[in-house]
Amino acid sequence: MNQFIPRGTSKISARGLNVHYGDKQALHDIDLDIPAGEVTALIGPSGCGKSTFLRCINRMNDMVDGAKVTGSLTLDGSDVYDRQLDVVQLRARVGMVFQKPNPFPKSIYDNVAYGPRIHGLARDQAELDEIVMNSLEKAGLLAEVESRLSESGTSLSGGQQQRLCIARAIAVAPEVILMDEPCSALDPIATAKVEELIDELRDNYTIVIVTHSMQQAARVSQRTAFFHLGKLIEVGGTEEIFTNPREPLTQGYITGRFG
Amino acid sequence: MTEMTEITSAVRTAETVAARLNRRYAAERRFRLLGLASIVLSAGFLVLLLGTVIAKGWTGFLQTQIAVEVAFDPQVIDPDGNRAPEVLDTADYPALVRNALAARLAPDADRGTRRDLSAMVSTMGAEQMRRMVAANPSVIGGRATLWLPASDKLDMVYKGQAPREVGADGNALSDRQLGWLAELEKTGQIRKAFNVQFFTGGDSRAPEQAGIWGAVVGSFFSLAVTLLISFPLGVATAVYLEEFAPKNRWTDLIEVNINNLAAVPSVVFGLLGLAVFLNVFHLPRSSPVAGGLVLALICLPTIIIAGRAALKAVPPSIRQAAAGLGASPLQIVAHHVLPLAMPGMLTGTILGMARALGETAPLLMIGMVAFIVDIPKSPLDPSAVLPVQIYLWAGSSERAFVEKTSAAIMVLLLFLVAMNMAAIMLRKKFERRW
Ligand SMILES: Nc1ncnc2c1ncn2[C@@H]1O[C@H](COP(=O)(O)OP(=O)(O)O)[C@@H](O)[C@H]1O
Ligand SMILES: [Mg+2]
Repeated sequence: MNQFIPRGTSKISARGLNVHYGDKQALHDIDLDIPAGEVTALIGPSGCGKSTFLRCINRMNDMVDGAKVTGSLTLDGSDVYDRQLDVVQLRARVGMVFQKPNPFPKSIYDNVAYGPRIHGLARDQAELDEIVMNSLEKAGLLAEVESRLSESGTSLSGGQQQRLCIARAIAVAPEVILMDEPCSALDPIATAKVEELIDELRDNYTIVIVTHSMQQAARVSQRTAFFHLGKLIEVGGTEEIFTNPREPLTQGYITGRFG
Repeated sequence: MTEMTEITSAVRTAETVAARLNRRYAAERRFRLLGLASIVLSAGFLVLLLGTVIAKGWTGFLQTQIAVEVAFDPQVIDPDGNRAPEVLDTADYPALVRNALAARLAPDADRGTRRDLSAMVSTMGAEQMRRMVAANPSVIGGRATLWLPASDKLDMVYKGQAPREVGADGNALSDRQLGWLAELEKTGQIRKAFNVQFFTGGDSRAPEQAGIWGAVVGSFFSLAVTLLISFPLGVATAVYLEEFAPKNRWTDLIEVNINNLAAVPSVVFGLLGLAVFLNVFHLPRSSPVAGGLVLALICLPTIIIAGRAALKAVPPSIRQAAAGLGASPLQIVAHHVLPLAMPGMLTGTILGMARALGETAPLLMIGMVAFIVDIPKSPLDPSAVLPVQIYLWAGSSERAFVEKTSAAIMVLLLFLVAMNMAAIMLRKKFERRW
């Protein structure tokens, strides 16, 4: 599935995307292309709609009462909000890592094996074992948990839990991984590990990461999109955004004049 | 100058605070005392309640027995000598008991005396002999010393719950019987033993033969029916309402109604059961099936409410994690939410069952007050249940039923405590782990 991702082609593209929560409009007319095989960071002050945009991509907004999405959002050219499209299939292609680590209160093994099990990705136990081990390895967690795979996922430290959640997402072999402030609940050392991991994963996955830390955006992403009050203000190469923003609002945000 | 005023005002503040401090301490002390007093008061009432029940009832677990040397007289049991089972079964065993007592206490007794004698022992004594013969006909012709259960009147006097002075008014026993009692005591031929009959027998008009086993089995069958109906229905309802149902006016209406149902007096459910289960569906009257169905109606709202609370307590992050991996709504519930909510649901169910075990009024409404001697063999047989049995005994005139009532209350309380303990242990064991 992830053999070769042509750099630069647009994996996800939004055109005129609007999101309402009841009467309140959270996103206004977003046009945004997210290239394959890169890390795209979404930044902006809190409440500006970054998470909302992220949740549109794997249709997690479907679970929110009163949320209404209009406009178009495509994944590899096909409409994500097509009535024919099966949400389960979409979410197998688009994995998600949440702000607060949320491992299942099950064993470490079962946490990682859950996705492959429900999607029938392994034909036998040996294959499942292999998927689990591979995913843990890729998430840089294998060495730490190899000897206690049957312990509860919730017994790990916060940083380990978040990497377990990443391993769990990887195990389904998605094409896109969405991360909503994955490090906001972690200490600096755990954060550094997760950032390192994101950098390694970039070769095989398209990653969209929401972050409130500008340093983090600068460290891990190749592209950055700046949101403000539900509108996309500016998008471009990360270097460019941080060194030479076009919009005064962007400038104001990255220099810390508001946020 | 300004410095001075600042200092004085600081001192003033400290003084005011100190003055208020004492008042605050006093208020806190009063509050603590009030709380303590109310705890002591309620604990006192509890002790009083349990104390009376135990003081009145513990003798119910004991049975007075008389040692009698009986003769298995072949002339009485089997005059033809061919050991035909019907003959052995219908022989005049009471006469044998009477004879044995007469031989021991009043060798040349007339008819009246003999009637007084046989009023000392329970008819269970003759029954005991009949069973011995049926089990082993070779005892015929022999003699044996048996501990036969005393009648309720002798039982009461011997346990000190009825007056014993010779010639007293309203005596349970005649003066002659009191004399025999004294004689039996002298030779150690009377004793108090563990009352097996109380735990193995069904109801009876004769207090010394009345037992709670019939009611225990009836309660068990009723609760089994209740559990079988209300648990799956309650869990399914809770899961549907909490996880799948759209939030609109209809589901709001249903929710309000369920909450109201939980507060409806149970007698009303009894009336409903009478109208529906007995008059429309013609379920057997006074049977655990009908009772269990009514109790299931009473438990349902409790189980649904507890179930929804347990489902609500499962953090949304777990649902999101599963959804993010592509689990379908049903998989999210079946794989993650329901297992995590199950301990809470079970706790709610056990508490609901405990309530159902103690319910009396609705069962009276569906006619579960009949006098039933036989131990029920299936949920379709007529039977009593524990609280109704207590109600029936409490209304009986014989003095001997007083201790039975209290003893049965103790058994019921024991079951209730056990169920509540199970609920608490379940809750402790599966304390939230996320
Ligand atoms: N479930 C929801 N219901 C109603 N309003 C919401 C919901 N989630 C988010 N919002 C609103 O949408 C806006 C964008 O929120 P969000 O996407 O969470 O912002 P961000 O992630 O950038 O902090 C906010 O004003 C927020 O109040
Ligand atoms: Mg957010």
